[in-house]
Amino acid sequence: MSSEVSRFARIRSGTVIDHIPAGRALEVLRALGISGREGYRTIVLMNVESRKLGRKDVVKIEGKLLDSREVALVALAALSATISTVEDFEVRRKVRVSAPDEVEGLLKCPNPTCITNKEREPVRSRFRRVGGRPVEYQCAYCGTMVRLE
Amino acid sequence: MDNPFKGSDVVSVLDFSRRDLELLFEYADRAQRHAGSKLDALRGKVVALAFFEPSTRTRFSFEVAAKRLGADVISVSGEEATSVAKGESLADTVRMLDAYSDLIVVRHRYEGAAKLAAEIAESPVVNGGDGWQHHPTQAMIDLYTVLKLFGTIDGLNYALLGDLRYGRAIVSFLYGLTRFRPGAVYLVSPEPLRPRREVLAKLGELGFKCEATCSLEPIIGEVDVLYVSRVQKERFPDPAEYERLRGSYVVNLRTLSRAKPGLKVLHPLPRVDEIAHEVDGTPHAAYFYQASLGVPVRMALLSLISGVEI
Repeated sequence: MSSEVSRFARIRSGTVIDHIPAGRALEVLRALGISGREGYRTIVLMNVESRKLGRKDVVKIEGKLLDSREVALVALAALSATISTVEDFEVRRKVRVSAPDEVEGLLKCPNPTCITNKEREPVRSRFRRVGGRPVEYQCAYCGTMVRLE
Repeated sequence: MDNPFKGSDVVSVLDFSRRDLELLFEYADRAQRHAGSKLDALRGKVVALAFFEPSTRTRFSFEVAAKRLGADVISVSGEEATSVAKGESLADTVRMLDAYSDLIVVRHRYEGAAKLAAEIAESPVVNGGDGWQHHPTQAMIDLYTVLKLFGTIDGLNYALLGDLRYGRAIVSFLYGLTRFRPGAVYLVSPEPLRPRREVLAKLGELGFKCEATCSLEPIIGEVDVLYVSRVQKERFPDPAEYERLRGSYVVNLRTLSRAKPGLKVLHPLPRVDEIAHEVDGTPHAAYFYQASLGVPVRMALLSLISGVEI
């Protein structure tokens, strides 16, 4: 991240999600279920300069660490993202997200007549990864394919 | 010989190999030899028919097949007739049927319903059609029909004409063909009725060669099996799109005038207007014969799943 961006807003401890494709920061927040009402001090930078991506979004969340399910959610919303854990203003750990082979209950099947979209049916969506680039997932129930950007 | 069907669910025809299907066909031959008589093979067993979507041939032929094998049959038909109308989930209905029966046949308008039922039930679940996705027992009947008509499934040229987007029977037949070595396979449909992306992806994954075309006319002279399906009105999200596409293909005497004398026309039925009635009296028409094989093939399947000889 450029020093200009770092100076703009830093967090003491928490999570920095960087290298989000430009314009997708809100999708990442939505995927994590962060609406702003949870009380986390959250910094959202959109369309900032990036050497790798040209433009990118960055999300910083004070006081929150992501569990493996949340890391998978970030991967599904922004495949190019990196996730850093920050303690006392220092990056302690940084990982590049990767698309999981199987995801359960995280993606909604876009097919309205998939059994996973039937009202009151106690079934969680289940997808398995079928494509490398572009990353594609296939619904285990109806076979519908979903391409991630 | 091993019986891979014993205790198994039947969700997709792709769950079975050529060898498995050939075993099923052997049993169907045996069932045909018992035509008209009632057997004791499934005496004391209960087969549940859970049809949450309209059905004539599939439900009746499963019922007749189960009764011919000596089983008792309980049935749920139409969402209105059951607790489903009161808001009960499919999962709860399946649990209840699982407690009352030894095998459950499910038809449902939602794709994946049979897979979900199979995950929930301890008894074997047979997919009697789930939305636009799979209809494995129809594919088994259709392949058996070809075998009976031609003595082989291999080496023949096939044209699959119709709604390859929403037609579960025609796509299941196509999936079934991947287990054999057909000659040419043509997928004939207007552009909006071409197979869904996941179907093409599956065919690609299996290395199965077929050719999509919009017109039957240039290829009709080389076709041995013409499989026709109706435009699936009930699956169209947009009724105007259905109205635009219905009647976009019709098989009539003129269509068949340049066909091989031995060409057979198959159709999973019901038909609407895609095969003219004038075809019914020709040697090409094989769809009523095809429908008649529903009982022996389903008898074969029920007995194999139950692990009994017939």
